[in-house]
Amino acid sequence: MSPNLVYVVVVGVLFAAGVTLLLERSLTRVLMGVILLGNGANLLLLTGGRAGGPPIVGTTAEGEMADPLPQAMVLTAIVITLGMTAFLLALAYRSWHLNGHDEVQDDVEDRRIMELADRDEGPGTADPETTDRTPAAVAHDDRPVAAGGSGRTR
Amino acid sequence: MTWLVPLPVVMPLFGAALTLLLVGRARAQRWVSITVLAATVAVAALLLVRSTLDGPLVVEVGGWVAPLGIVLVADQLAALMLVVSAAVTLCVLVYSIGQGMADGNEETPLSVYHPTYLVLTAGVCNAFLSGDLFNLYVGFEILLVASYVLLTLGSTENRIRAGTTYVVVSLLSSLIFLVAIGLIYAATGTLNLAQLVDRLDALPDDLRLVLQGMLLLAFGIKAAVFPLSAWLPDSYPTAPAPVTAVFAGLLTKVGVYAIIRTETLLFPGGRTADLLLVIAALTMVVGILGAVAQSDIKRLLSFTLVSHIGYMLFGVGLTTALGLSAAIFYVVHHITIQTTLFLAAGLVERRGGSTALDRLGGLARLSPVLAVLFFVPALNLAGIPPFSGFLGKVGLVQAGVSDGGVLAWALVAGGLLTSLLTLYAIARVWNLAFWRAPHPDMPEPGDGVRSARTDGAEQPHDDAAPSGAALPRLMTASTAALVVLGLGLTVVAGPLFDISTDAADDLLRRAPYVEAVFPGGTP
Repeated sequence: MSPNLVYVVVVGVLFAAGVTLLLERSLTRVLMGVILLGNGANLLLLTGGRAGGPPIVGTTAEGEMADPLPQAMVLTAIVITLGMTAFLLALAYRSWHLNGHDEVQDDVEDRRIMELADRDEGPGTADPETTDRTPAAVAHDDRPVAAGGSGRTR
Repeated sequence: MTWLVPLPVVMPLFGAALTLLLVGRARAQRWVSITVLAATVAVAALLLVRSTLDGPLVVEVGGWVAPLGIVLVADQLAALMLVVSAAVTLCVLVYSIGQGMADGNEETPLSVYHPTYLVLTAGVCNAFLSGDLFNLYVGFEILLVASYVLLTLGSTENRIRAGTTYVVVSLLSSLIFLVAIGLIYAATGTLNLAQLVDRLDALPDDLRLVLQGMLLLAFGIKAAVFPLSAWLPDSYPTAPAPVTAVFAGLLTKVGVYAIIRTETLLFPGGRTADLLLVIAALTMVVGILGAVAQSDIKRLLSFTLVSHIGYMLFGVGLTTALGLSAAIFYVVHHITIQTTLFLAAGLVERRGGSTALDRLGGLARLSPVLAVLFFVPALNLAGIPPFSGFLGKVGLVQAGVSDGGVLAWALVAGGLLTSLLTLYAIARVWNLAFWRAPHPDMPEPGDGVRSARTDGAEQPHDDAAPSGAALPRLMTASTAALVVLGLGLTVVAGPLFDISTDAADDLLRRAPYVEAVFPGGTP
């Protein structure tokens, strides 16, 4: 069987929406993106095999059997996606618990190095003022109001 | 002897189940995981011997015949990787046990550590042994899920932040891999590596290139190849020292292994060889420039990790037997050395209370043992003769020179520049942390707990480990064991090069692998 056009379009839409959501900063949206992408990938796997009757000798003529292998693989992939979804949810909840929001944050060291580069200083200069100014201070500047789950949008 | 093949996957999984039952009985947990990993080392060594003598060992799992059922294949490359990774995981386990005992957290929530660690081992072994693409995907997922848990252990703020990036990037690469699997199955009707050899050859060239590109992209993210490597230095350094060490040693190498396997077996002929070479050069140079800019030992080491992945790709991209064997040798060397360095960094953090270079100093006088434990693998990483790093780099340079192309020469130059810069980065760590006068903030031996942490928020990597304490014996001993193992690679470099040359020959001929899976010819 040649692939059904509807399948192909649906896979395309799922991927596009998934990637768009994946580029968001909020972890919940990233999670939605992962779910959409996972479903798209599963559907793609499914279209890879031949469609037809149940692949059991005696019930279906051999020429009309479906290909069982993609279905087995999709089953595995669904289970894996389920586990990942659960883990990401836990991560998002923990992040919300700690920070009051679930946004993916920039790396502290990256920001520090960027600051140093801005001021044209190398690393490892043991200048107390530099060290005072670094991660803690930078992190505080950028840390959102953490109280009681009031989220902050960027 | 083929019954040995599934054991490296099955034993850690059973061990994980057993340790999960033993939660709360720390001593029993420790003994189970040590026994299981020691047994894995033994089995892996046996597999290496058998596969060297008799050729690849194949097991059809569950008795299903090859193209339909799942096959596990232990050829020389897989067995060699198994031996090294099992030995390294065992040493790191002993180290983490030492750390746990020293911190006195026997009953803490970290009781999931042992099961997760064993699952990680099972996943790594499964990825090395799998004979079809979907099983490789499952192996990757097993090890990734375990690594997510290990990376966010204790779920402190930093680890959650770092873990989020890591999880999302890994998920993306897994999805790309899954899509590639779906497309390959749709195009060929099989996922068995040995069967794919013929069926992929029959496909039109442009379609093959698309499939190859997708697999390279997926494995490139996992292996932290340059444009796809940004996640690594942001996520690895926040984990506890043993976790970072085992990640650095193994996880990226599984990606490299997958690249070697698919590039040689499924897509030979080097259509992307030039691309691989360019990427290798960029990975080496950009990675090491990142390392030079760092002011924290763990992050610096993470950047050298990225950089040295480039050496392995260099060997793969040359697509000659010499290049490939040098790459395999380099993988073995790098697994050992990078793990050792991260363990030593963990000891530095313990002794000095920090891994930030501007807060350390005088460690060489305070703790000469630690200085030796850091110095030897550091020189090994930089490739000072007579260490194995030097031998691996010489192999790669030889392979590059005998290839003779413009790109190959550029890479030889890039490789030499990178090892010089590695030496520079390592020497900076040595000078600042070990040789200069002790920092006023440095805790004295037995100086109480967390004295260097005047303001906890300033420490990006607060491990809640007591600083300034004398180094626990078990941690020092396991690091020393790995240092010795790294030195041993120099001693056995000759036989090791023979094995990797054999493995590279088999990879390039492809026939031994296919014949082992399908003794009666490909169906």
